Amino acid sequence: MAAVFTPIHPRPAPVRTSGPVAWVRANLFANKASTVATLAFLALALWLVPPLASWAVVHAVLRPDADACQAARGTGACWGVITEKWRFIVFGRYPFESQWRPEVATLLLLGLVVVSCIRAFWKPWLAVIWVAVIPAFFVLMGGGYLGLDKVPTDLWGGLPLTVMLATFGIAFAFPLAVLVALGRRSHLPAIRSLCIVYVELIRGVPLISVLFMASFLFPLFLPVGKSPDVLVRVLVGITLFAGAYLAEIVRGGLQAIPTGQVEAARTLGLGYWQTQRKVVLPQALALVVPGIMNSFIAIFKDTSLVTIVSLYELTGALNLALNSDANWRPFKIEGYFFIVLVYFAFCFAMSRYSLWIERRLGASRQR
Amino acid sequence: MPDPIIVFDKVNKWYGDDFHVLRDIDLQVPPGERIVICGPSGSGKSTLIRCINRLEEHQQGRVVVDGIELADDVKAIERVRKQVGMVFQQFNLFPHLSVIDNLTLSPMWVGKMPKKEAEERAMEQLKRVRIAEQANKFPLQLSGGQQQRVAIARALCLKPKIMLFDEPTSALDPEMIKEVLDVIVELASQGITMLCVTHEMGFAKAVANRVIFMDQGQIVEENNPHDFFDHPKSERTRDFLSKILGH
Amino acid sequence: MNRGPSLPPRRRVWSWRSEAFRGLVFQVVAVALIGFGVWYLAQNTLANMHARGIQSGFDFMKQPAGFDIGETLFHYDALDPYWKAFLVGVANTLRVAIVGVIVATLLGAAIGIGRFSRNAIVRGLCYAYVELFRNVPVLIQLLMWYLFFTDWLPPMLDAPSLAGLFYVSKAGFSFPVPVWTHAHALAGIGLVIGIAAAFAYRRWARRRFEATGQVRSLILAPIGIVIGFAVLGWLAGGAPTAWSIPKPQGFVMEGGASATPEFVAVLLGLVFYTAAFISEVVRAGIASVAHGQVEAAGSLGLSRTHAMRLVILPQALRVIIPPLTNQYLNLTKNSSLAVAIGYPDVVSIANTALNQTGRAVECIAIIMLVYLTTSLSTSAVMNWYNRRAAIKER
Repeated sequence: MAAVFTPIHPRPAPVRTSGPVAWVRANLFANKASTVATLAFLALALWLVPPLASWAVVHAVLRPDADACQAARGTGACWGVITEKWRFIVFGRYPFESQWRPEVATLLLLGLVVVSCIRAFWKPWLAVIWVAVIPAFFVLMGGGYLGLDKVPTDLWGGLPLTVMLATFGIAFAFPLAVLVALGRRSHLPAIRSLCIVYVELIRGVPLISVLFMASFLFPLFLPVGKSPDVLVRVLVGITLFAGAYLAEIVRGGLQAIPTGQVEAARTLGLGYWQTQRKVVLPQALALVVPGIMNSFIAIFKDTSLVTIVSLYELTGALNLALNSDANWRPFKIEGYFFIVLVYFAFCFAMSRYSLWIERRLGASRQR
Repeated sequence: MPDPIIVFDKVNKWYGDDFHVLRDIDLQVPPGERIVICGPSGSGKSTLIRCINRLEEHQQGRVVVDGIELADDVKAIERVRKQVGMVFQQFNLFPHLSVIDNLTLSPMWVGKMPKKEAEERAMEQLKRVRIAEQANKFPLQLSGGQQQRVAIARALCLKPKIMLFDEPTSALDPEMIKEVLDVIVELASQGITMLCVTHEMGFAKAVANRVIFMDQGQIVEENNPHDFFDHPKSERTRDFLSKILGH
Repeated sequence: MNRGPSLPPRRRVWSWRSEAFRGLVFQVVAVALIGFGVWYLAQNTLANMHARGIQSGFDFMKQPAGFDIGETLFHYDALDPYWKAFLVGVANTLRVAIVGVIVATLLGAAIGIGRFSRNAIVRGLCYAYVELFRNVPVLIQLLMWYLFFTDWLPPMLDAPSLAGLFYVSKAGFSFPVPVWTHAHALAGIGLVIGIAAAFAYRRWARRRFEATGQVRSLILAPIGIVIGFAVLGWLAGGAPTAWSIPKPQGFVMEGGASATPEFVAVLLGLVFYTAAFISEVVRAGIASVAHGQVEAAGSLGLSRTHAMRLVILPQALRVIIPPLTNQYLNLTKNSSLAVAIGYPDVVSIANTALNQTGRAVECIAIIMLVYLTTSLSTSAVMNWYNRRAAIKER
């Protein structure tokens, strides 16, 4: 045993574990299997990437020239179809000169969605803005007031339609979902049963059947002679559909609030509705915002189905653009890649944003 | 003097490139010795004992346990682990198995014992830690102190030569610490080699042959308990003791 | 006399102050409102249907359907009644759903496990796959696969083939099938007997393990037994080796069996989309097992395989299975999009029937009934499993 203690100073490790060389060794060549995999993938890349790059970039046609595209068929991609048709795909049949209106309207909605996720903006005036935006959107898109030309709803299409259906679907479904979630937790059996039936019914069937229901049955439900707009019918269908899923998410948030909160509120003399409004819901909603964002992304993707009930969102607009134009019809695949890019960009960005929000909301609760 | 059952020879370990967590550790443990390792957090005491059953890998030096050197040889590691039992701070019982199944898992699957024999051995160990009546319960149905005692019994089912305790009472409520320490004290009187990382200094005085103080990856001082607590040699040891014995 | 303090007599309070009374009133009002709403909608519906001359009732199901169906699992022609047409649709839905679930699970599990690989290229590719296929709507994926099959693949005459046995063309995917004789029926019976024998073997091997501690193979041996019995059956039937090989003859594929481009497009679209979600479920399940469990298993001397099988997988599966069944249900519901490609699933057939007979309420009700039955029965099984497998707590 040492009589006098001499401290040992830290030394650097003999074999470096960080830095590019160490990373390559650990992540690409760690053991036999890993080495084999790395080499196999490199070989695969060498075999696939050159012809792919040749088709997609080198021999691709960017100019909106149908003849050049035909000539390059098989060897080069025809991105010219996008250069030629992108405005139709993105905006549908909306009149060309007025396309700034759906642009502004869409940005307005998206901005509102982004802002609504940030805790700092959860003030009463946010709800007022949401309520005000709805008529503002319809005026901007539909026109007829403020000197804007009237544009009937069956000309609305493309990306603005997708954003509108998703945003309003979630916005209208949200109050419904809160009521249904509260109802499902109620002690009154009749209320609880009604809410359970609604949720389980809608969640058990595909969206297409709800859209069919909205499309074919909704006109039958109204008094004879009245026929609602296709857009309204589809919006009702999407709202009902989103409502059931959102209700489950809100219910999850409500369940996460400890019963002690409700007990404390009762001892302070608050009634049922007061407790929900002032104590339970504010806390629960902070928990469910990530879930609502995920629902928004899912509904955003699901709006692609409205093409089956004859509304021309992105996919429908693409088919409309190309089916009637024999020059460009052979290049549908390139058109589809464009739509894939648009959807991927939106959904990926929204899911990243949702993760960021989740981390921020969670951080405020960590000690 | 019998051959030491654990040997650390100039052992160095790093986390990443720059965190030198074990610095030139030289340690020899004769069989049957009971060692308590103490020190501030981050001093490397848990890392040290985890190197004994290869839960951590050292980069320099040699670690020899029961005559078997710990290196990359997987078979050697498995042989060592059959001789070394470990009790964790977070118990780490398997929640999907009942208490008795937790205990018979290793004897049956590693020791190739028939089920009846394994269960007899399990009940023997459960009686030893005084928790035999909970044999058919599930871990999450027990209190923290009960879970830790089950964990000790599970490690003992291997009939190991060496028992490692990594802060066994740090995750327990105060009223449950005594029941676990009593079990370890009883074990100590039965001749098993023990290394225990703990802050419970009363326990150290009662049970240990040797107390080791570690700080910043190095063994600063080791001594028998009496001399360690009453006549600490190093300034750092004195400083540490004043902090933890003060209240 | 002990009487205790005198209390006011108990009264049932039927006033606005009683919570029970309020609850009752609330419920009665709610039910009445909903009831009135339903009555109002029903009135309008009947009026509208009368105005448009649409009949109601399910009696149309017995009438001949009058349309052909592109692919059927059993015999059907245009003279068969509507209910048979719907049955064909249900069979087609189940066909693509079951195959899809199996393939998607395998692919999704592989990718989910691949996210933990030590090789950065494998990890990166798995991550890229998940992000790409999750963020594009499934309808678009279906349409693209269909376009690929109908536009890009060569027609049957120029179809590329693998060793002259497998053909991929605009007509779909063709593969050889053995010529069905009684030997194959016997092989099928052998398979069933083999499965029963495999279970019996497992029980025997378990009991031997508990009695003596000797480990018998619990996975390879049963598989061998099942295959062995199937082969025995085939041998007993005379060991026929005749295969029907597909050969393109003009516009038709003679011999072999074909999967139509519609079926393959729906299958591939659903599989690639759902596998991305399944891989996330698997990944979350494996990550949910605390690292301490792995360490404890190791410190007990368990080998990596044993630790995986006895400690990690049981805990991971409890976390994986509920959301996994949710994905299975999603896949089944998404198969309804086949209507966009012309694959005759139940929604597609109901759509045709709806357009032909105008009986919107009935046809949509049938669609919803089919899917509701599937969802509710799967949920019931899932709840039963959850209760059984739940980790017991205080």
